[in-house]
Amino acid sequence: MPLRIATQVHGWLLLLPAAVLLVAFTHYPAMAALWNSLHSTPRGSRPARFVGLDQYAAMAQDPIFLQSLMNNALFVLGTVPLSIALALAMALWVNGRLRGRTALRVAYFTPTVLPMIAVANIWLFFYTPGYGLLDQITGLFGLPAHNWLGDRSTALPALMAVTVWKEAGFFMIFYLAALQSIPPTLREAADLEGAGRWTFFRRVTFPLLMPTTLFVLVNAIINAFRLVDHVIVMTRGGPDNATALLLFYIYEVGFRYWDTGYAAALTAVLLAILVVLAIGQFLYLDRKVHYR
Amino acid sequence: MTARLYVAVETAAAWLLALLWVLPLLYAVWTAFHPGAYAVRFDLLAPLTLENFARAWEAAPFPRYLLNTFLLVTGILAGQLVLCTLAAYAFARFDFVGRDVMFLLVLVQLMIMPDVLIVENYRTMHALGLVDTITAVGLPYVASAFGIFLLRQTFKTVPRELDEAARVEGAGPLTVLWRVYVPLAKPVYVAYGLVSVSHHWNNFLWPLIVTNSVHTRPLTVGLSVFASTDQGIDWSVITAATLMTAAPLLLAFLLFQRQFVQSFMRAGIK
Repeated sequence: MPLRIATQVHGWLLLLPAAVLLVAFTHYPAMAALWNSLHSTPRGSRPARFVGLDQYAAMAQDPIFLQSLMNNALFVLGTVPLSIALALAMALWVNGRLRGRTALRVAYFTPTVLPMIAVANIWLFFYTPGYGLLDQITGLFGLPAHNWLGDRSTALPALMAVTVWKEAGFFMIFYLAALQSIPPTLREAADLEGAGRWTFFRRVTFPLLMPTTLFVLVNAIINAFRLVDHVIVMTRGGPDNATALLLFYIYEVGFRYWDTGYAAALTAVLLAILVVLAIGQFLYLDRKVHYR
Repeated sequence: MTARLYVAVETAAAWLLALLWVLPLLYAVWTAFHPGAYAVRFDLLAPLTLENFARAWEAAPFPRYLLNTFLLVTGILAGQLVLCTLAAYAFARFDFVGRDVMFLLVLVQLMIMPDVLIVENYRTMHALGLVDTITAVGLPYVASAFGIFLLRQTFKTVPRELDEAARVEGAGPLTVLWRVYVPLAKPVYVAYGLVSVSHHWNNFLWPLIVTNSVHTRPLTVGLSVFASTDQGIDWSVITAATLMTAAPLLLAFLLFQRQFVQSFMRAGIK
């Protein structure tokens, strides 16, 4: 019975409700962004008209767009490797035999359950010039007060610190799950061979964690493009666009200037980045991580 | 000897990092529970007060925001549980034409989340007349690729014999799903529920865009409105409001931290 009618009907009926919503709010808007990016923004009585690649041509000339792309690249470089390294260290410590593991785990994981907007408020206070905790601490060493979020050179790193603080504990979870699936016999075998802790980590644990590292890497990069709550609360992209990330710029163009055609074109760029990331992960996963 | 020194150094490093991780939160707690004058002065004898919380509570409609958030997260979760269960069941056990293509299309959402499609989704909500409703805040997230994927993996591990035994007794597909698959996946449902609730409790950008009144704003958006309107810079009150926003989830986590961590692990392992 190759194609039983009942199986076909039941399968599709079960899938239908989810499929409708998925198409309506993921696939359709992605396609609509591409379509609308080829049109002008409708204004008043003037409807949208086809403008070809004009929006993209304008984008290439738009210094804020180029800056936000650059900022996002820096943001990825500044947050992703550090978050992953810290997450791995945290997982090893929590999974090991250190004293007070439970307390450590709670401490590391707590930022994950806080809303990013609450985190942003807390850190905003932390960074307040002259008065916040950070300046009080640097003041103890005789350093002058500094406007961390108001200075072009420190604003983006200040936001990166918030992101790392918020996310490292979340990524720790994935490593922790992976560590617990490593058979203890490997450790015993390594002990018999007289392998040190560092050797064991480098030659056994780390390679076994490779699929997890890849997974966390991709998710961390996606998050760097997806999460801009802290930008909205802490800096509004300032000073002088030094902290404008791509999605924040889309938000500004789309909902402050209501230039929806241009916002659609910007969205298309963001989608292109995510698709490249997806393809990369797919190809790499297929080739590299097969020993599972 | 060196090994013990090594462990001591590592323990110290682990605790230092933990201290760094709780410091901002402790600082917030300190500020919220002391009069404004002590916000930046650390004095163990500083008087404790709940006045900051009282002032924040009076200054903005937080009970309403809390209700909105509650309606939002329960609505999303209920929708997700039903839709994702049905879809996951279809993918796991029905060999219909186009299944693999459809599954691939579902996985697309793991990469391209509704979070980045704000402009077009706002257009859709506007066309549907749903702007400024709690439905509009939740709807894009109800068909969750993550939920479908997670439950499909779980359902696939259910032995087919159980399924067939139930069918021999005359049970239809939905009965089998309800009697066999759902009970066996209970821990996964708990895990998914926790992840979903904490995610949507904390979500900010999309609700900020699609709501614009007290009757629809969730806590996160309410907090940002509160913190950005004329509070001067009374950090004590803002911090108290911030802690109130995070408190329900934070307390739940601190009480059930083992379950939280295990649930996140279970959801992340697939």
